Amino acid sequence: MATRKKVTIDGNEAAAYVAHQVNEVMTIYPITPSSPMGEFSDAWSAVGKKNIWGTIPIVYEMQSEGGAAGAVHGALQAGSLTTTFTASQGLLLMIPNMYKIAGELTPTVFHVTARSLAAQALSIFGDHSDVMATRQTGFAMLCSNSVQEVMDFALISQRATLESRIPFLHFFDGFRTSHEVVKIEQLAVEDLRAMIDDTYVKEHRKRAMSPDNPFIRGTAQNPDVYFQGRETVNKFYTDCPGIAQSAMDKFFEITGRRYNLFDYYGAKDADRIIVIMGSGAETAEETIDYLNKNGEKVGMIKVRLFRPFSVSHFVNAIPKSVKSMAVLDRTKEPGSIGEPLYQDIITSLSEECPFDKMPKVIGGRYGLSSKEFTPAMVKAIYDELKKDKPKNHFTIGINDDVTNTSLDYDKNFTVDIEGMFCGLFYGLGADGTVGANKNSIKIIGEETDNYAQGYFVYDSKKSGSTTVSHLRFGKSPIKSTYLIQKSDFVACHQFNLLEKFDMLKNVKNNGVFLLNTPYNQEETLKNLPERVIKQIKEKNLNFYIIDGYAVAKNTGMGSRVNTIMQTCFFAISGVLPKDEAITKIKESIKKTYGMKGDEIVKKNYDAVDKTLENLHKIDIKTINDNNVEVPPIVSDKAPEYVKNTLAKIMEGLGDDVSVSEMPVDGTFPSATAQWEKRNIALEVPEWDPEVCIQCGKCAIICPHATIRIKAYGDKILGNAPKTFKHMKAKGKEFEEGTAYSIQVAVEDCTGCGLCVEICPAKNKKEVKRKALNMIPQIPVREQERENWNYFLEIPEFDRTKANVTTVKGSQFLQPLFEFSGACSGCGETPYVKLVSQLFGDRSIIANATGCSSIYGGNLPTTPWAKNNEGRGPAWSNSLFEDNAEFGLGMRLSIDKHNQYAKELLARLAPQVGEQIVNDILNADQTTETGIYEQRERVGILKDKLKKVDSPEAEDLMSIADYLVKKSVWIMGGDGWAYDIGYGGLDHVLASGKNVNILVLDTEVYSNTGGQMSKSTMLGAVAKFAASGKPVGKKDLGMMAMNYGHVYVAKVAMGANDTQTLRAFLEAESYDGPSIIIAYSHCIAHGINMSKALENQKAAVDSAHWVLFRYDPRNAAQGKNPLKLDSGAARIKFQDYAYMETRYKMLTKSDPKHAADLMKLAQEAVDEKWNLYDRLSKEDKN
Amino acid sequence: MDLSTKYMGLKLKNPIVPSASPLSKTVDMVKRVEDAGASAIVVYSLFEEQITHEAGELDHYMSYGTESFAEALSYFPNASEFNFGPEEYIRHINNLKAAVDIPVIGSLNGVSAGGWLKYAKQIEEAGADALELNVYYIPTNIEKDGAVIEEIYLRDLNKIKKNLKIPVAMKLSPYFSSMSNMAKKLDDAGADGLVLFNRFYQPDLDLVDLEVVPNLELSSSFEMRLPLRWIAILHGRIKASLAATTGIHTHEDVIKMLMAGADITCLCSEILANGVGRITEILKDLEKWMEEREYVSVEQMKGSMSQKSVADPAAFERANYMKALNNYKLLI
Repeated sequence: MATRKKVTIDGNEAAAYVAHQVNEVMTIYPITPSSPMGEFSDAWSAVGKKNIWGTIPIVYEMQSEGGAAGAVHGALQAGSLTTTFTASQGLLLMIPNMYKIAGELTPTVFHVTARSLAAQALSIFGDHSDVMATRQTGFAMLCSNSVQEVMDFALISQRATLESRIPFLHFFDGFRTSHEVVKIEQLAVEDLRAMIDDTYVKEHRKRAMSPDNPFIRGTAQNPDVYFQGRETVNKFYTDCPGIAQSAMDKFFEITGRRYNLFDYYGAKDADRIIVIMGSGAETAEETIDYLNKNGEKVGMIKVRLFRPFSVSHFVNAIPKSVKSMAVLDRTKEPGSIGEPLYQDIITSLSEECPFDKMPKVIGGRYGLSSKEFTPAMVKAIYDELKKDKPKNHFTIGINDDVTNTSLDYDKNFTVDIEGMFCGLFYGLGADGTVGANKNSIKIIGEETDNYAQGYFVYDSKKSGSTTVSHLRFGKSPIKSTYLIQKSDFVACHQFNLLEKFDMLKNVKNNGVFLLNTPYNQEETLKNLPERVIKQIKEKNLNFYIIDGYAVAKNTGMGSRVNTIMQTCFFAISGVLPKDEAITKIKESIKKTYGMKGDEIVKKNYDAVDKTLENLHKIDIKTINDNNVEVPPIVSDKAPEYVKNTLAKIMEGLGDDVSVSEMPVDGTFPSATAQWEKRNIALEVPEWDPEVCIQCGKCAIICPHATIRIKAYGDKILGNAPKTFKHMKAKGKEFEEGTAYSIQVAVEDCTGCGLCVEICPAKNKKEVKRKALNMIPQIPVREQERENWNYFLEIPEFDRTKANVTTVKGSQFLQPLFEFSGACSGCGETPYVKLVSQLFGDRSIIANATGCSSIYGGNLPTTPWAKNNEGRGPAWSNSLFEDNAEFGLGMRLSIDKHNQYAKELLARLAPQVGEQIVNDILNADQTTETGIYEQRERVGILKDKLKKVDSPEAEDLMSIADYLVKKSVWIMGGDGWAYDIGYGGLDHVLASGKNVNILVLDTEVYSNTGGQMSKSTMLGAVAKFAASGKPVGKKDLGMMAMNYGHVYVAKVAMGANDTQTLRAFLEAESYDGPSIIIAYSHCIAHGINMSKALENQKAAVDSAHWVLFRYDPRNAAQGKNPLKLDSGAARIKFQDYAYMETRYKMLTKSDPKHAADLMKLAQEAVDEKWNLYDRLSKEDKN
Repeated sequence: MDLSTKYMGLKLKNPIVPSASPLSKTVDMVKRVEDAGASAIVVYSLFEEQITHEAGELDHYMSYGTESFAEALSYFPNASEFNFGPEEYIRHINNLKAAVDIPVIGSLNGVSAGGWLKYAKQIEEAGADALELNVYYIPTNIEKDGAVIEEIYLRDLNKIKKNLKIPVAMKLSPYFSSMSNMAKKLDDAGADGLVLFNRFYQPDLDLVDLEVVPNLELSSSFEMRLPLRWIAILHGRIKASLAATTGIHTHEDVIKMLMAGADITCLCSEILANGVGRITEILKDLEKWMEEREYVSVEQMKGSMSQKSVADPAAFERANYMKALNNYKLLI
């Protein structure tokens, strides 16, 4: 019998573990939450891990899921065992090929982390909406409910597909299963070997296309035979369930784990059952045990094989005692009679009813987008089934106060599992809390007999993000697939999170509370919120404190308190004997950091040793009450919707938002980020007017729009707060008596320091001091809040008077993109903000899915704002792949409105007057003044229209605003522009339509975690290019220039802000397609984000990033349209590249290969420069 | 004509030894240096801080931003093993030993005894014929006593000497209160050679950006005067070999250093500026000069103008300063 290891891994790793060993080719495309499966596979192939036939599988990244499915289809047709991994919209993009693959009876398994589909909103979280959209493709569908099952079913499905020839979609719940780390038994290679019958592998190969045995497949068929051809597969589908069951039987023989197509669990004589698929079944199982122990008779059917649906297997699984059943779907099919599983169950029972009297069957929806599904909800469903007339088509887990579908449930009902330890850890992303907890689970799971489970909740901000880790340990397998409701242990790794979360609400009496505090004991107690003190006392908690920051600082760990807090956890919790735990932590440190060098290991060891002497237990009797109140989540001045609804989401109470509080069509107010004061910066910039030269560079580079500039009449300064700073405005353009202020929104600042880096003004007495200097935030928070509020009251600068062609002048314009949740020091947002400043009051934005759509539109708030007139960017995200087309559609619509408005205007001239009609139709809208005047005219027109009683006047009234110029911006990252959206982007460029495309080029997929794109540079390391990208970067700019009619610019704000500004103004003014490719430094480059402007400069100085503007208007005048704005290389490419981890890491893992690639990269850079240089010097006459 | 010399027990065919510099970065270049006539090579320095820094930097940037955001729990692929510092250097020493016949002298630059010892041992195991220790220490702490600084040098040397079999040279700073006493202490502690002196690169001020900028200027012959004086003073008074470095550009510079008492002369700037061929030229000129003046060996010249051997030993002392000043005034 094979020896099987116990491992603590997540669902993605479990699936990839099997898939990598039973396939030859894997073509993938990253999409959350499935990306890690491809990444694991790639990493394994990169280190030479072989499959069960002793060969290393090829892992290949494609340009889209559509591409991945096409490549799978091709690889299958050519005879390889092939797989892919995907989710959500990615799976939808595979549907066309899924029909083909199934239609041709081709064995394969797609492993899918089931995820919500973008409907009223995108969601990265788990439900079955995506997989249910493929149930008609002909794929078999097998569902895993837990991480163990993911590994098991990955193998069972592989065996079944090979034998049945029906392709399988093996799915499990996104995040809840794909990202839950849990202890499981890992299948041995012998198990895999024993399950895969090579006879079928050879048959698969035999059916492959080969010129040595030629045939054609993929014909076109006519009405005479298509129908018959479609019916040929019936027998295969009839046989498939039996084959799947026999694969399960074989698996049982090998491993002792028994699965069936439909598994019944619960009382043999149950009167009520539920039918369910996915991770919710685990929670149901836990609840069933509890309820049956307490005298109830309940059970459940776990549906494993959903397609082909075997009616006979299903009806045979139902206990005859059942009186009522609830069928639970984790999806929504609006307009249907019921969701898919419900419909299938109803149909099954009507076709083969095993009962004399048909039981009551109701259907319900639960758990959309990873909505919690708890024992309380399971109990509520069983309780509902007791009723004579249970609610059909119910929902559970939400409060549907509109159509009243929801079942009530007792939120206080929990199921206590004996001997299970539950711990909650609140931390910051940056402090390494999650990493440490994953490590703890591994220690406990792999080094002890305990079972262990970890699930991690992240917030949707990329800067200052908080994490909550849910850890469970126990002597029996853990079935709790929901967040911890009652904890034995709570650790707060960041003092100020005590204000944000009511984290002691659910800790048990006599539990443990561990607090990382920047204060000593006395100060800690003085600063604890009163709420916390009360809870500590009431619950008689064991309260420990440590100044983890001091320990981290003293041991060279910087701000990462991970190892320190992990040591505290083991020291206090008693999960392991202390000494043993310390030894295990150190072993694990060696394992985790060993490859990064001895110094790192040593630092971590030091941190462990120093921790224990700094950990103190507080005698809670000594704690006095204080009056520290938790501040309100949002200001009282906020709009009602923000105060009543969005604030709940900010507070982590979004589950309490009712259906009626949500918009029906996904429309939310803009300008809401201003109310979410996150106070995440430890240090913020302080303005020194004595030194300032009023250049505006700090404001243009600020990624979060927290540095603002205003010039205004100094008379209003009489009301200014005492500490409000101002100086005389410098420059001839200002009238006498004009004051100038730079104000920092310290509560919104992320403390990135880019403003300080770019500031060119230095103090003459002490050059380290600039016009902006970083200072601690807390001491100035109150004062600067007052100053900021005062600053907001100062009138905005008159747009028509700003010289927008200079950096200085442009920065008087109000940003209409502010306080986003982007990474601190983000390289993309300064460009986005610039668009909002220059054109925001007339722009419509199509935003591709990616970083920019997340920091732009992830609830609770949006940074897209509006000005005092109520105008601002109208923003929307459609999908990832269609953004260029989405934007073009907007353009077409705007053009149509404009055209129709002009037609109506002409028709209505007699009623509204020739003069205004002519003025509007002939208006020059090329300047801010021109646009302002046109708006005034349209205002007059509207007044006149009010007095005209005609349908045409009403019509014109509804579209009159389109007589004012509108600016369409199509934004997204390089993943969109170079890869998945390129086809559309190319078409839009070719269209000649007046759209502006902004490519936020980070040269890598940033939002999904650093996968290679076609923009990735030769030699750079990225996921799927672990050995450095071997081929060059696609030259999107050159491709766009080829059209001749496209305005093209390549910019890098950190290297040349004036050129950037010019490019944006020129692009927008060009009446045709424009594309700006903007160098965006990124956290995925592995750089110092506060010094990232140096990287931008170096990218330009090395001629890797050639700044240019290609303006077709110049060609029309006989001039060379291409103007280079940067010169020949002043430094070598490697001098730039090795400033960044993405290039440098290869020199540490494979120096020889790194050197070879660097040589090629330099040649590519030189060649490209020569080409650009030559083109820019061509005489067009 | 016998140009051979002995340095730390190593028998060298002539006194020209290129010092630690980028010249030794590639095997090919070292081969060229050998072909040009160099009698040994001091390999570029392994910097302790660099190893620590690079490891820390990689760890920081690879983990920065990870486990924070649900869609991007990491930003880099799981790489295989990373090599920091010594491995590459050690491999290089190994390769050099296989490729050239001249002695290969490893060089370590740093300040901590712990890290040094480990790397020194690895350099020895890689086959280096000797080791040069370069304590590049700028004592900026005004609370720190000079004796404490001296102790750092002695501590490092002691530890390494105890654990290494190959000869060890100490590259020194000229800024000791009592240079000759310090040299003696190092000699007593077992230093096989003293390299005079470390050339500290002095930063410059950029008046446009108001920044302190690193500035690497190649040396000039004038700069050899400082080591020249101290080699002349130390020659014959300590057991350790003496290597002259800084400002040696011509055969005359070499001769002066030898006459002052150096066992070898280490060239760097001259080769970096004018190519490897300068080694051949200087050797040729040296030979010619010796022939013309009927010197038969380097050994004969060595120390012939050291403080002990010159008619006016005070010329290396304060009296020389007075004289120089007086002469200077006369020139005005």
